[in-house]
Amino acid sequence: MPFDASLPGRLIRAPEHLLSREQLAAAPEARRGFLLKAFAAAGTGLAAGVARAQAAPEGDPNILQLPQHSLALGQPVALEGYGHPSKYEANLQRRQSPGLTQTRQASVSFAPLQGLFGIVTPSGLHFERHHQGWWDIDPSKHRLMINGSDEQMLKRPMVFTMDELMRLPSVSRFHFIECGANTGMEWGNVAVPTVQYTHGMLSCSEFTGVRLIDVLEMCGFDKKRAKFVLAEGADGSSMTRTVPMELIASGDVLLAYGQNGEMLRPENGYPLRLVVPGVQGVSWVKYLRRIEVGDMPYATKDEDVHYVDLMPDGQHRQYTSIQEVKSVVTTPSGGQMLLDQGFYSISGLAWSGRGRIKRVDVSVDGGQNWREAQLQTPVMDRCLTRFSLPWVWNGKPALVMSRATDETGQIQPTNAKLRTVRGKRSIYHNNSIQTWLVQESGEVKNVQLAQ
Amino acid sequence: MSSSPSKFLLALAPAFALVCGVSFAQSDKFPGIGRTATPAEVKAWDIDVRPDFKGLPPGRGTVAQGETLWEAKCAGCHGSFGESNEVFSPLTGGTTSEDIKTGHVARLLDPAFPGRTTLMKVSHVSTLWDYIHRAMPWTAPKSLSADEVYAVTAYLLSLADVLPPDGELSDKNIAQVQERLPNRNGKTWEHDLWPGHEFSKLSKPDVQGSNCMKNCAVEPKVASLLPDYAMNASGNLAQQQRLVGPQRGLDTAPKAKAAQAAAPAPKPATELLKQYACYACHQIDTKVVGPAFKDVAARYAGRDDRRDYFTHKIKSGSSGVWGSVPMPAQTVPDADLAAITSWLSEGAKP
Repeated sequence: MPFDASLPGRLIRAPEHLLSREQLAAAPEARRGFLLKAFAAAGTGLAAGVARAQAAPEGDPNILQLPQHSLALGQPVALEGYGHPSKYEANLQRRQSPGLTQTRQASVSFAPLQGLFGIVTPSGLHFERHHQGWWDIDPSKHRLMINGSDEQMLKRPMVFTMDELMRLPSVSRFHFIECGANTGMEWGNVAVPTVQYTHGMLSCSEFTGVRLIDVLEMCGFDKKRAKFVLAEGADGSSMTRTVPMELIASGDVLLAYGQNGEMLRPENGYPLRLVVPGVQGVSWVKYLRRIEVGDMPYATKDEDVHYVDLMPDGQHRQYTSIQEVKSVVTTPSGGQMLLDQGFYSISGLAWSGRGRIKRVDVSVDGGQNWREAQLQTPVMDRCLTRFSLPWVWNGKPALVMSRATDETGQIQPTNAKLRTVRGKRSIYHNNSIQTWLVQESGEVKNVQLAQ
Repeated sequence: MSSSPSKFLLALAPAFALVCGVSFAQSDKFPGIGRTATPAEVKAWDIDVRPDFKGLPPGRGTVAQGETLWEAKCAGCHGSFGESNEVFSPLTGGTTSEDIKTGHVARLLDPAFPGRTTLMKVSHVSTLWDYIHRAMPWTAPKSLSADEVYAVTAYLLSLADVLPPDGELSDKNIAQVQERLPNRNGKTWEHDLWPGHEFSKLSKPDVQGSNCMKNCAVEPKVASLLPDYAMNASGNLAQQQRLVGPQRGLDTAPKAKAAQAAAPAPKPATELLKQYACYACHQIDTKVVGPAFKDVAARYAGRDDRRDYFTHKIKSGSSGVWGSVPMPAQTVPDADLAAITSWLSEGAKP
């Protein structure tokens, strides 16, 4: 595809089938550079790539004709006490996958990974999973209780207010949280178009809170018998999940009230949630009201009916918790349209519930050849890691994939390999390699390969 | 009142530990933080029931009592026989009397069998009892008494022939009933996905990728992709991508011509009530969680502006008019909302 990079602006022709009659009629105008206005009013379904303005011979009108914001007085401070993203960013929303659930109180919204930079998820775009609706709970009335499964398990059961918990020494740590069912719709075959829906039950935040072990030690627990704890929420579902004492004793499990510098959002458990690094999101119990120290696992509803992984032999794996090594390319990704041939920085996210990401390889030929991607720092334990790889797209079809390796040496498998062991009906813990097909038109599609 | 038993326990604890050889971890690093929970407080919140039935309160309920309760409080979402797929996945179906003998649900081996019901998966009666007690009914969790939970659980189990139609579930027989649960042997802890060493583990992950860098795979073949007609199933992708940067979203909106040609016939209101899960809380003739549609229609029959009133109430949510359970704001497209409010205004005829 010929282009002249010496021109001050270039028009990239969109594939004809994407253009409506009206847009085709508007094309000459576009070449004079006026379509930018329509483009700014975006979200109106304007075909990708149409809006590139070609400069008039003397130069780009965006340079030659000074815009209003250069010529007049802007907005004052504190117009909004809590700021919002630019109006041009309104397309990036967390969204439901239509038809996935029939009520919005027991449902999921997916984070728009296709538009995020770095590793931190803005709190307002954090994915949501509610089991019986969310609440905005008065923190002055919220309590955390610690008790034992029998009277000998603790020296004393205790109750804490939020004021008290927030007086204790705190730690702040960056961790990813991923739903065990993330990418679950893709176990059998391609089901959804974009990375928002394939991988968007994934977010990453800086969490602030108290180490659970510090609070348990205040209660005096029986170190020999205490093998498990039950975490329980205060909402209608009173979500319960079993967590091993071994992980808590390591100091990794937090009673968190902070997220990205402010308090947790109500949708994410305000005022208190459990943070269980590396473990699927369902264990990060929101609206946390109670911790019971016990000597056996609890087989709760979300451990015996849901969040169990069906294997080809008809048995369900129970207490599957760790999110294994995984990665996905977010730029380019499904449902997108590349604007032009030439240079791109392939970019994506990698993570592992077992530790740090050690390396990420990227292939643009469907896995025949791989190149090692660059990892953006910081690379943290059980945290998202951003990777990138320079790429010059020649306009030919490309199959873009990424493959992560974590510090334990585990390497992300192909979906063919994963299915060979775990079948197609597990729903949970699909950590297979994602493939995006970049077509000659620039359209990017979600595909799965035979091998 | 709460501090004196705590002092007593603290004083006693070292001696207790010495005598019994128990190793307690306790820190007094943070004086003034937290207090001892009272027995009444622990009792109020410690509601979990373990697989060994620790925590199960005494009580009983028959299948027949459960059936009555089910029809009133559960059938709206789950169907009269736990079979409904309209609001939640089905609870019942897919189990056999052979499964009750083996403790393995055979249909879990059949990829062609549609869906997996709760009774095909669950391995512990305690799980059902605990969850129904803590979280059901859907809009009024924790409102069932212990005997009611026994009864409802008994009815649910009878739908899979775990209990006979004249059966009863109680704290006395629940361990025997457990031994008839169809999928009681259907779980395995043989995996490497538990972040502790309490369970028998595989020594390493069961799936490992390849680290090949050059000339690795055979010629890649696309085995599955989203058909063009499904590209818009998640909405117009052009409106879900940033408007600046290396790429844009694909315009997947149906072409205007097609949209004009095939304007679908309007659905009847009763279908829309299903579609938007209104039946989760309301039925036409009887009060469930919220008022019966008939009663709503009757109360406002004399109001000329009743359609606007219904529209407002459905869109904004409502509380305090029909009882203490609030109705959350509902998101229903205007055209469908108009069909529903017209139907309500005209008397809510089934």
